Amino acid sequence: MSDKEVKNLEEMFEACIARDEKIEPKDWMPEKYRQTHIRQISQHAHSEIVGMLPEGNWITRAPSLRRKAALLAKVQDEAGHGLYLYSACETLGISREELYEQLHSGKAKYSSIFNYPTITWADIGAIGWLVDGAAIINQVPLCNTSFGPYARAMVRVCKEESFHQRQGYEIMLTLCNGTEEQKAMAQDALNRWWWPSLMMFGPTDAESTHTEQSMKWKLKRKTNDELRQQFIDQTVPQADILGITVPDPDLKWNDERGHYDFGEIDWDEFWQVVKGHGPCNKERLNARVSAWEEGEWVRDAAMAYAEKQEERKATTKKAS
Amino acid sequence: MSDKKKNWPLWEVFVRSKNGLEHRHFGSLHAADAEMALENARDVYTRRNEGVSIWVVESKHITASNPSDNGELFEPAQDKVYRHPTFYDLPDEVKHM
Repeated sequence: MSDKEVKNLEEMFEACIARDEKIEPKDWMPEKYRQTHIRQISQHAHSEIVGMLPEGNWITRAPSLRRKAALLAKVQDEAGHGLYLYSACETLGISREELYEQLHSGKAKYSSIFNYPTITWADIGAIGWLVDGAAIINQVPLCNTSFGPYARAMVRVCKEESFHQRQGYEIMLTLCNGTEEQKAMAQDALNRWWWPSLMMFGPTDAESTHTEQSMKWKLKRKTNDELRQQFIDQTVPQADILGITVPDPDLKWNDERGHYDFGEIDWDEFWQVVKGHGPCNKERLNARVSAWEEGEWVRDAAMAYAEKQEERKATTKKAS
Repeated sequence: MSDKKKNWPLWEVFVRSKNGLEHRHFGSLHAADAEMALENARDVYTRRNEGVSIWVVESKHITASNPSDNGELFEPAQDKVYRHPTFYDLPDEVKHM
């Protein structure tokens, strides 16, 4: 194809997205669109999969059967979300093995929030309330994104996600209505998860490099700072209902703006964790890699069994 | 086993959400064989009563049309307005036809 033809196709492609039409896997797409989507969808899938680890930590120690059943269901949902997203990503022409390889080798990133430890039961409440709350704000606009398989996966993910946030908030509420120690535990969890949750929206708009292109392709509908503000405005009143305090001395309602003002985010910490120096980066990746390696014989055995069944079917057919 | 490692193939999943409706494409997944594909489809795509029946088919068995052929495949239908009821002129006295 000549440069002119490619440019022509690109213009038609952009116009199609501008008209709110969807792009499907076999349609022509610019190479950059394909690569950007592989990167974003796979990061999203990896985050769901790694996201099971901090919570899985508490399944056996959940304080009641009700909590245990809910947590198990939530972690199972996250596995499901990872699988929807991996298969959406594979429609772009990358294999599941390549995707896993990128995660396991550290080449691909996943959300930094999962590199923080879950040291008390209240962390499970805080994750549902804050981390899933932030994820919902990030994900809802993606239900209308331009790439069909991603948009369809996100519709399913968002439908399932709201239970996650509600169960987390209920855990927090129960702790806050409990003993002094339980309430202190809830406060401590909020103290540790608040700032990392704000970082989930990514760098400030001034620092964010992909925003303009992502807006065009509807991978983004609002900027990082807008989404972060939306999260803060929605979450602070929820903390008030719990009767615990958001750990930000600069947090204050601004009547003029109609939003909360808030303090400076520690971006050094953010970049440290992104670069692999968070409290649990090594632990998470090791857990993921060893689960994959230790499961190898099971995958091989299942494949060998399937082949044997297939052969047996072929021979009985011949004989009959 | 052969020397080259074989990975679990890809399957497409179709779910009937209730009797009376058709099976609809829900997504895909990897599984070693059809039986495992059905079991995985149940866990991945019907955790909240989304279905009463599941079909799985290995993705490689699907033949898909190519978007670059869309012109010759679908455009001829566009100028055949006489396939639609509104093409025909009838007097107003004839109600509901």
